[in-house]
Amino acid sequence: MNKKRITRLILIIWIISIITFITTDQCLSEMFKDYIYQPGTLKPIDSVPKLKVGDQAPDFTLPAISGEKVSMNQYLGKKNVVISFVPAAWTPVCSDQWPGYNIAKNYFDKYDAILIGITVDNIPTLYAWTTPMGKLWFPVLSDFWPHGAVADKYGVLRSNGVSERALFVIDKKGIIRYIDIHDINKRPHLENLVKELEKLK
Amino acid sequence: MKKTIISITVIIFLFSGFVAVALAANEPPKEGGMLPDIKLQMPKSPEGKNYLGLKGDGSFTIPQIKANVVIIEIYSMYCPYCQKEAPIVNELFNLIEKNPDLKGKIKIIGIGAGNTPFEVDTFRKTYDIPFPLFQDEDFSIHKACGEVRTPYFIAIKINKKGTHQVIYSELGTIKNAEDFLKMIRKRSGLK
Repeated sequence: MNKKRITRLILIIWIISIITFITTDQCLSEMFKDYIYQPGTLKPIDSVPKLKVGDQAPDFTLPAISGEKVSMNQYLGKKNVVISFVPAAWTPVCSDQWPGYNIAKNYFDKYDAILIGITVDNIPTLYAWTTPMGKLWFPVLSDFWPHGAVADKYGVLRSNGVSERALFVIDKKGIIRYIDIHDINKRPHLENLVKELEKLK
Repeated sequence: MKKTIISITVIIFLFSGFVAVALAANEPPKEGGMLPDIKLQMPKSPEGKNYLGLKGDGSFTIPQIKANVVIIEIYSMYCPYCQKEAPIVNELFNLIEKNPDLKGKIKIIGIGAGNTPFEVDTFRKTYDIPFPLFQDEDFSIHKACGEVRTPYFIAIKINKKGTHQVIYSELGTIKNAEDFLKMIRKRSGLK
């Protein structure tokens, strides 16, 4: 009886200490200070890849915050495409990731690429979350219903229904040229993406 | 039963001590106090070295900068508030540089928390930042400064003997460049 109790207690203390010490919050902006839900450190990757470099990027059509619908195939033959999946609104790291891309438009222009941001949230949530970021130059799409269907097609839907923090670079022929299914707790560095865009030339 | 209670107490005691130590280690610099030990990489550009009044390569510490006052902005390229702050800090820089009483005496540097050199460069180019920016890719400076949110401003007054004091340490926007400069002049005693 006593042994059981002690074991349980040690377990509880261990869990508390994990929560206390291992919170990697890279979302530093004062803007989101009181609004970001802190889940602590998550399993870096929690999905099984379905696509590989060289595959045709699956087509999809999703609603954007602006009200229009955006399809993957509308860019075929016209633009290189970067898809940025972020786990969900109001989560750490990614609340900073898109504002960063927002000042990096010239790299995308230089390599004739457009950026598409996707999360599994519904439109009103995405609207509330992205509005304080300022005017974003790229479309933000809602993969809310059927829930996470596009994330699932791309093999980046996690077991709890949010997506991975993932980047796909797709050329004008619709061929996937780069996949970065990133550690969900960390923000990918901009230069790695820019290097991949450079290779498309 | 007694044994259990004792062991529980011991565990809780050890744990709370651990928390206290962990929390105490990371506090933002206090006004009246000193900066934590921060080493920055010498800028490669001659303009950067010239502005800071430093020579050579390798690393340097902030109080080595040739100035009476150094204003430090901890920012991130990924932080929307820092993006909005950039033109205000540029204005502050211009106010200082245009004033013969202040030029060379008050200097500004930026430290990009978690930003790589490439990301620092992107921020510099986007907002035409005229003062030196430094990378803190591994968050080590950010950690030394108490893991503050961004933008965070610190100002230090450098004394003749090379000692220094923090005269400003606050989270958030400086709001108005002119008022901020007045306040810094007052606190540093710069006429």
